[in-house]
Amino acid sequence: MKIEVKNLVKKFKSTIAVDNISFIIEKNKTLGLLGPNGCGKTTSIGMMLGLITPTSGQIFIDEISLIPKNRIRLLSSMNFASPYIELPKKLTVKQNLEVYARLYGVKEIQKRIVELIEDLNLQDFLNKKTGELSSGQKNRVALAKSLINKPKLLFLDEPTASLDPDIGDFVREYIEKYKKNNELTILLASHNMKEVERLCNKVIMMKQGKIVDSGTCSELIDKHGRKNLDETFLKIARSKNELE
Amino acid sequence: MNWNKIFALSLRHIYLIKGSFPRILDLIYWPSIQIFLWGFISKFFTLSSTFYENTVGIILSAAILYDFLFRSSISYNMMFLEEIWSRNFTNLFIAPIKLSEIIAALTLTAIFRTLIGMIPAAILAIPFFGVSIFKIGAPLVFLLITLYIFGVTLGLLVTSGLVRYGPSFENIAWASLFFLAPLGCIYYPVEILPEWLQIIARMLPLVHIFEEMRNILIYDSVNYVQIVKAIIISFIYFVIGVIIFYLSYSGAKNRGTLINMGE
Repeated sequence: MKIEVKNLVKKFKSTIAVDNISFIIEKNKTLGLLGPNGCGKTTSIGMMLGLITPTSGQIFIDEISLIPKNRIRLLSSMNFASPYIELPKKLTVKQNLEVYARLYGVKEIQKRIVELIEDLNLQDFLNKKTGELSSGQKNRVALAKSLINKPKLLFLDEPTASLDPDIGDFVREYIEKYKKNNELTILLASHNMKEVERLCNKVIMMKQGKIVDSGTCSELIDKHGRKNLDETFLKIARSKNELE
Repeated sequence: MNWNKIFALSLRHIYLIKGSFPRILDLIYWPSIQIFLWGFISKFFTLSSTFYENTVGIILSAAILYDFLFRSSISYNMMFLEEIWSRNFTNLFIAPIKLSEIIAALTLTAIFRTLIGMIPAAILAIPFFGVSIFKIGAPLVFLLITLYIFGVTLGLLVTSGLVRYGPSFENIAWASLFFLAPLGCIYYPVEILPEWLQIIARMLPLVHIFEEMRNILIYDSVNYVQIVKAIIISFIYFVIGVIIFYLSYSGAKNRGTLINMGE
């Protein structure tokens, strides 16, 4: 799926959370959305998921405008995972996956659940309550839920936050592998620059609600004369630029 | 309406109830306690005064019906609050499910939760106090439907507040029914209220429901006009509740509160 954001603005009373941003994510590409906390990343994702009404601007997914009339149809091919939202804690992993498979209208529910269980190594805690899992296990379950409908457009908000390096690497490797074998466009918001370098074809840098820079990781590193994306991020985040 | 999606959301709550014995016990415990409390109070009145003779059945039937309303509303609110408490709110609202399907799922599942608590309580009243709510006969079905519609409406209004103001609105969820109880004329005739309050009370379906319940139990006659009036009033409130819920949802989308709602 291709996503096109045109002149998107979101104001909360007198605060401008997102200030006239425009970008395109081409089909089957991964875009990294970077920026310091409070720069408008989550608000932008919220608008692209149809959870937040933009003050102005438009969002097109495969040329279809994300307006309330089209929202349900578009959501069927989209999904979202974030460590800041959870699945019902008192339901088992299997029950949660079944409920969401039904909500997304998945045709062969058991087959799809089995596929994800095997791919993400969920066998050992399939019948455990989701609230009893470790954060690494919860994270993999959240990823399974976000892939239950074989989305064509996936929003990942810090998918490896608070994970140990081993599980973090497992998740990144899985996303890479999954993307190779499936048609999938990803928007990844992350503070892990190595992850962004590994997974993203292109990144956009946000600051104070605006896009302040964009390009491939190597383009940005070269442009700002830094050694890696971490340092580039710090330079942009700390710079007193024209916004201030 | 997609019934598979409605079933999916209902299934989420059925799994929740099924997976926890304390939860089932909690659903049964409170209505049963309520029945025992009112049963003994009315029995005491009957034994201590001739004025209250034969009123055990009326007071206890009113208590059962009122608890049915209370449980319907609380069940609806609880299911919505569960989504907030478990931080599942965002997952639910980014799933391809319409608002009308969420309302339908919660409405249908609320009856399941309500009946788990009410059936044992209504049955317990028969051997312990010799009172059977089923004596009301066929009109009982209509009275219950009316109470259920109104209970769900109150649930809708509270959930609208939760969507609009977030979890801090939770306390209102518990207080909402106690606010209406005095005006509902559950245990006393509407004439007890001052005249100006009677006008307000008659705008609620509760007055018509409980007046009719007393009418059936005391005079053994059914006034279907009163019942139809109660159903129509309840339905009007339900439509208003749905509109307010949609407006709150739209407001929450404008304020951006749906994306990170949770405790």
